[in-house]
Amino acid sequence: MSRIRGLKTRRNAELGLLVFAMLLVAAFGATVEANQFDEIRANFWVPAGLIGILFFGLHMVVRFTAPFADPVLLPAVALINGIGVAFLRRLDLENAIANKLAIPGFFAETSGRQLAWTLLSLILAAVLLLLLRDHRVVSRYAYTLGLVGIVLMMIPAVLPASLSEVNGAKLWIRLGPVTIQPGEFAKLALVSFFAYYLVRKREVLSLASHRVLGVDFPRGRDLGPVLTVWLFSLLVLVFEKDLGTALLYFGLFVVTLYVATERSSWLIIGLVLFFGGVYVAYLLGETVGGPFANFYDRAEIWLDPFAAKNYERESGNSYQLVQGLLGLGTGGLFGTGPGAGSPFKVPEVRTDFIFAGLGEEIGLFGLAALLIIYLLIVERGLHAALAVRDSFGKLVAGGLAFTLGLQVFVILGGITGLIPLTGQTTPFLSAGGSSLMANWLLIAMLLRISDAARRPANTPAERASGPKKAPTQLHGAMTEVIKP
Amino acid sequence: MPEFVLTVARFGFLILLWIFVFTVVGVIRRDLFAGGRTKSIVASPRGVGGAVLQGRPAKVKRGKAARQLVVTAGNLAGTRITLGEAPITIGRAEDSTLVITDDFASARHARLVPREGQWFVEDLGSTNGTYLDRGKVSGPTPVPLGVPIRIGRTSLELRP
Repeated sequence: MSRIRGLKTRRNAELGLLVFAMLLVAAFGATVEANQFDEIRANFWVPAGLIGILFFGLHMVVRFTAPFADPVLLPAVALINGIGVAFLRRLDLENAIANKLAIPGFFAETSGRQLAWTLLSLILAAVLLLLLRDHRVVSRYAYTLGLVGIVLMMIPAVLPASLSEVNGAKLWIRLGPVTIQPGEFAKLALVSFFAYYLVRKREVLSLASHRVLGVDFPRGRDLGPVLTVWLFSLLVLVFEKDLGTALLYFGLFVVTLYVATERSSWLIIGLVLFFGGVYVAYLLGETVGGPFANFYDRAEIWLDPFAAKNYERESGNSYQLVQGLLGLGTGGLFGTGPGAGSPFKVPEVRTDFIFAGLGEEIGLFGLAALLIIYLLIVERGLHAALAVRDSFGKLVAGGLAFTLGLQVFVILGGITGLIPLTGQTTPFLSAGGSSLMANWLLIAMLLRISDAARRPANTPAERASGPKKAPTQLHGAMTEVIKP
Repeated sequence: MPEFVLTVARFGFLILLWIFVFTVVGVIRRDLFAGGRTKSIVASPRGVGGAVLQGRPAKVKRGKAARQLVVTAGNLAGTRITLGEAPITIGRAEDSTLVITDDFASARHARLVPREGQWFVEDLGSTNGTYLDRGKVSGPTPVPLGVPIRIGRTSLELRP
């Protein structure tokens, strides 16, 4: 398919970047070994090679099922995922050395599990690309997906704490040894539902009534949907005790609404509603306590992590946050070098605080590069949204790209003390299957939409797929195409 | 391992990381400029108003009602839309009456509205503008028969 004359699929650029990314992962592994063992062992490249083979598999799937997909998405995500696995491997190595254990095999411990999760996620992504040849098909199941999303979102809230609570936040389903974070998948379902709903309702929602300071505000009665979602996200904040998740759901809806209606007033309304709600929750936590207490504690810690009353608190103290900040500070501008830091001083360094642990070793210079890669991934998603022709695809791509960006913002803001800390995972980096699978599905969807966006009209592939349906977009008007 | 090697590895990794970032940016850059430059933008000099149209009566056949909208140039050349009472929206958005795949067209580019037997073209705040023959459309402008409406590389005409 890449042989079509004059059409740039850019799959080879993707492959080249992928090889480069895997070289970087191998370089990370080599530096880790140099620092940990004082020598680079002959098989240092094996983890990078293994994960490289997995990505190469997905690359081949993309080559055949989405030949015009964006060439940057896959390698950029692969780099972050690879660095994540390499960093987890580095933690396993240090753990083994400190406890005088045998050097763990490539499929053992956290990094081995992460490798397995990566394999599973890539299979899911490949299946999505294979089964879903046209992203518009998703809109047929929009209401089902909406229901699924809401159910997934609510399950942890209604389960007893023993089955759903980890570190004070009720976001999990615990079934014996397996823990699932259903919210990660709920995001994807909700994006599709919001997109479908807003495509249908945007005409109404973009009607303006008042004009204040040059911004058109919507009519009062059109505030229903945004208030409903706002209420839902406050319920998430109170019952699942997690600001990040609440912010994610609400931000997602508001941004999709903004993209659908092109009215910046929705952003203003959204921000005012959210921060108003959060402030009220904070005040209630101070006076009433109960379900609001957890959020109040988090906010107090955020306001002054170094205060003795916050640091020496019995439960939910600022120890994590302070250790993370000190880790980042130790790293400084260029970091201690991969494998030379002491990430185990930071609690939860494998999951929530992986950025702090990594930041100590690669410094601000390295973290900034990783953040730019995240930014580029989001930018490519938004670019696909701009370029794709159908409104549903636009809203889905925009919503997905924004979710990814917001998630990075929430966790990084939490670690660096910009916003109250919440237990979001760092996409593609932290250890954990749910997050990795959901985010790879997200990337597969973006690949699918970007393929549709960049595919030139009437490629032979399109013609081969049977006679073209009557263009439904010419609704109402009678058309006839006259052959010249 | 000597300190020197460790330092080289430490900074080498960071430098490689940034080279990766710039390579990615380079790929995106090439991607941006890959298409869309093949033909020059069809546009008339700015400041030429709709009034110019009055000076071109040759093609205008008065007294006949428009029955069809025909695409004469662009990707959709040959498409005909039978005109009724309903307004016709033109743009890249999927829900437009006439969906055009043109790099220079906006999502909601222009609209054709009938008023007392006369069709008016109206620009919906498009980025690259709508041209009626050579003049840029700024407000609702009556469209005579046979005069091309230009949107990016696409040309449309009203036919009896």
